[in-house]
Amino acid sequence: MITVQDIYKSFGDNEVLRGISAKFEPGKISLIIGGSGSGKSTLLKCMVGLHEPNKGKVLYQDQDFTRMNFEERIPIRKEIGMLFQNSALFDSMTVEENITFPLQMFSDMSKKERIDRANFCLERVNLEGRNELFPAELSGGMKKRVGIARAIAMTPKYLFCDEPNSGLDPRTSIVIDELIQDITEEYNTTTVVVTHDMNSVMGIGQYILFLYQGEKRWEGSNKEIAHTDVEELNDFVFASPFMKIAKEKF
Amino acid sequence: MFFTSFGKYLLLLKSVFKKPEKASIYWKEIMHEMNSIGVGSLGLIAIISTFIGAVMTMQIAFQLVSDLIPNSIIGQINRDSSILELSPTISALVLAGKVGSSISSQIGSMRVTEQIDALEIMGINAPGYLILPKILAGVTMVPVLVILSIFLALSGGLVGGSLSGAVTASDYIMGITGDFNGYTVAVALVKAFVFGFVITSVAAYHGFYVKGGALEVGQASTQGVVVSCIMILATDYILTALML
Ligand SMILES: Nc1ncnc2c1ncn2[C@@H]1O[C@H](COP(=O)(O)OP(=O)(O)O)[C@@H](O)[C@H]1O
Ligand SMILES: [Mg+2]
Repeated sequence: MITVQDIYKSFGDNEVLRGISAKFEPGKISLIIGGSGSGKSTLLKCMVGLHEPNKGKVLYQDQDFTRMNFEERIPIRKEIGMLFQNSALFDSMTVEENITFPLQMFSDMSKKERIDRANFCLERVNLEGRNELFPAELSGGMKKRVGIARAIAMTPKYLFCDEPNSGLDPRTSIVIDELIQDITEEYNTTTVVVTHDMNSVMGIGQYILFLYQGEKRWEGSNKEIAHTDVEELNDFVFASPFMKIAKEKF
Repeated sequence: MFFTSFGKYLLLLKSVFKKPEKASIYWKEIMHEMNSIGVGSLGLIAIISTFIGAVMTMQIAFQLVSDLIPNSIIGQINRDSSILELSPTISALVLAGKVGSSISSQIGSMRVTEQIDALEIMGINAPGYLILPKILAGVTMVPVLVILSIFLALSGGLVGGSLSGAVTASDYIMGITGDFNGYTVAVALVKAFVFGFVITSVAAYHGFYVKGGALEVGQASTQGVVVSCIMILATDYILTALML
């Protein structure tokens, strides 16, 4: 369980997050949605410690992550897996080296055990046998899947994904969403996904946090989202003519 | 402005010199960097040093038109100026361009593609893992390259000087072997060590704090080269003043 309490974050004069509070539960996918520039990535980065919030707390179980220094954070960091928006694979390493890198750095596994683990993770994301390819040789969807394989290499308790579907075709997007969902259920991870993809919202949004200009404007589930009367959320969800038609049918 | 950047640079160095997570991985990286800095720059340093040695010899001969001074002095001047100034400083300036720009653009592109964030999320000390091996490779390989550069500058002088008739081979050899003061080599090595540190750390600093995209990575690497060149010349002056 991750608890975010009253987070404020600004860059210079630009107040990006204003008093965000939320709870993210294990075994569940939580989505952070909102328009471009609404502060979604910033919130995610505050949660994992890539940004330090100006005010407020981030708790992992009941440990205050915000007040820890780099060394104190390492045990929690080892339980975090993150999928980045552009995958952020290490481009000087092969697919296999990307996945085994955290294991090599932090575990006492033998080389054989590490490779077995990499093969297991690759199989999990349907990329068996691609061990020796370099990131530059992969398509966008394959990169995301390797990113997921790397994120789950250390069997994380917390999984963060920043726009896992951006730049992917609708079919591949759904494959990635399903993968995230399966992993969440299988390992009971606390999964937090930043997205603005409406298919994901409707498909996997068990808990949804809607940000509008750095504030929490709505929270609820995908079942409830169609029936909200929050104007900004309606504008966001039913922006396209297609979604407007879909709304009539709900 | 200067002081905030310098402070940031010092803080970065502080995290660079934290205890490595796992020695074996760092060791592999150090070997890799030593190879890329050392072997990768051999050819360039060799060509430049040989030609500068040859040209210097001819130029010294041209300026020393007096029967009162023995011709062997030409070799001696070439030797001392190569050891004390030309080999360390010119090698360092060239390496600041070649090695420095590749370090800043490598680290800078890792920054803008979030690879550095990915390292940090894993709990890895990114400055240590990315920068320490480069600095260690720099402070060992730049001195090696400078020693090589000195030898080639002296050989270049021999070949260039005798081919052009500026000085006979025997006079030149008498000059470079006579009256040798080992302290000059120590000065050259200290300079090379410091330059190796400046080139790698300044370039890494400029790459590490890039914000933006590919364009900014290019700008940062150019700026890194300019700043290291200035730092090299400034430390060259200070070290010469202190040691000679
Ligand atoms: N590192 C940063 N430095 C300065 N401003 C930033 C930084 N990161 C994000 N911002 C600003 O914060 C705002 C929200 O950005 P972000 O969280 O990336 O939005 P989203 O992910 O919702 O599209 C934007 O106005 C952006 O310019
Ligand atoms: Mg974003």
